Amino acid sequence: MAGAAPLVIVGASYAGTQLAASARELGFDAPIVVLGDEAHMPYQRPPLSKGLLTGKTALDQLGLRGPDFFTHNAIDLRLGTRATALDTTAKTLQLADGSTLPYGWLALATGARCRPLPVPGATLQGVHQLRTLDDAQAVLQAMGPGRRACVIGGGFIGLEVAAALTAAGASVTVVEGLPRLLARSFSEPMSDYVAAAHRQRGITLRLGKGVRALRGNAQGQVTGVELADGQAIDCDLVVLGIGVLPNVELAEQAGIACANGILVDGLGRTSAPQVLAVGDVANMLQPAVPGGPERMRLESIQAANDGARAAATVLVDRPVPLSAVPWFWSDQHDLKFQMAGLPVAGDQTVLRGEMASDRFTLFYLRDGALVAAHSVNRPAEHMLARKLIAQGARIAPEALADTALDLKTLSPTPRPAG
Amino acid sequence: MPTIHYILKDGSTRSVQAKAGASVMETAIQNNIRGIDAECGGSCSCATCHVYVDDAFVARLTPPDDMEQELLEGVASERTPASRLSCQLTVTAELDGLTVRVPETQA
Repeated sequence: MAGAAPLVIVGASYAGTQLAASARELGFDAPIVVLGDEAHMPYQRPPLSKGLLTGKTALDQLGLRGPDFFTHNAIDLRLGTRATALDTTAKTLQLADGSTLPYGWLALATGARCRPLPVPGATLQGVHQLRTLDDAQAVLQAMGPGRRACVIGGGFIGLEVAAALTAAGASVTVVEGLPRLLARSFSEPMSDYVAAAHRQRGITLRLGKGVRALRGNAQGQVTGVELADGQAIDCDLVVLGIGVLPNVELAEQAGIACANGILVDGLGRTSAPQVLAVGDVANMLQPAVPGGPERMRLESIQAANDGARAAATVLVDRPVPLSAVPWFWSDQHDLKFQMAGLPVAGDQTVLRGEMASDRFTLFYLRDGALVAAHSVNRPAEHMLARKLIAQGARIAPEALADTALDLKTLSPTPRPAG
Repeated sequence: MPTIHYILKDGSTRSVQAKAGASVMETAIQNNIRGIDAECGGSCSCATCHVYVDDAFVARLTPPDDMEQELLEGVASERTPASRLSCQLTVTAELDGLTVRVPETQA
């Protein structure tokens, strides 16, 4: 199909790369063009806030694929290339250099960007964010023993960075506007555990505190954070981790339906014909779980990869929608957090193990069925939970809580059909 | 440079030069070995870099730690005494000729 219009993928991180890879594995034989707006070859992002900052991961270990991957698979990877406009009628993409790229299929894998902090001083030197390799290298340069760091935002990125900065010998304060950490993903008992764990490991937490301004000196270097209640925190560097905004501009300007990201079905199809969306930018229809969220814009590697795999099946006209149980992980200090499924408020929680031991799983049941599990240093329970959640298994809370019982020996009752 | 042999799902073997200090998983990714997914990038969180180590080498490897043992309980293909997570296997000169087989599935 040398003459066929190409599949053009806008975005060269996990979702974009996986979509190109899956398309080739499924036998898609039209040309594939992948556009990346960064100068780097596609790279792994989790180590940016984890291993790279703690020195466990070196720069040359970050490649998402081998250097030959793109040429071997006849994928035309164009780095440092930004798309500026999309015309879904003419089926063309406008590039920043003024050229026009026609497409047969288009996939938007434009990701997300860090949410800016809308206060005075947010652009002072020494104020960092963490999304890209360049961001991480700037933080690496700025961190070190004796440094005083203030992390604004008590979400996963903020807490991972706080842990890494602490390991590097910095004294770290985390400021969170909500009354508890990780409020978007975690139930209250988990949030309380995380707060205690970070405090025990030397981090100062300021919860329920808004930020009014960042203070700087005459040289334009940040020197402190001013809280909404007037208190100030002196620091040498600030890292913002207050969430992301999906990069929906191309889609919105083209009239594609968006609401907290680009709306897609379980196959990654947008409201425009021949246009897919995958990864952090996609607000994707989730596999049906009774009482669970109908759609989610998940910011995880697993969601990016599995969403891209589902979207690739559309390209070869053998559609298989997303079916995976969502999961993600976070490494903070000596704690390995692994999360499976999507809990909602009102789910019954069952604790297996002691939180104080830093080895436990909090299970979430909905109408008797296992729907989610949050584990700390319990990878076996996480792996098993993913299987049980996929089955919609019904397990008695007493059995889940009984650490003397081997979970693998339980024979759960599957969710009734229909 | 040590050589690592990867036996792929179709039975063929890919032999690659590995850098000492890299993991068997990283070596696979950088050489585009199919069948080692390594979704978590080597942080021992996902169990999608499962391999079967050739019998001759099983005893020569550092045994799996608690975290790896736990994750191995959750691998998608059958777990055998030769099962390891390739992200936890560090390439050394002594492991020249290491042979690992990629499982049927990782997910």
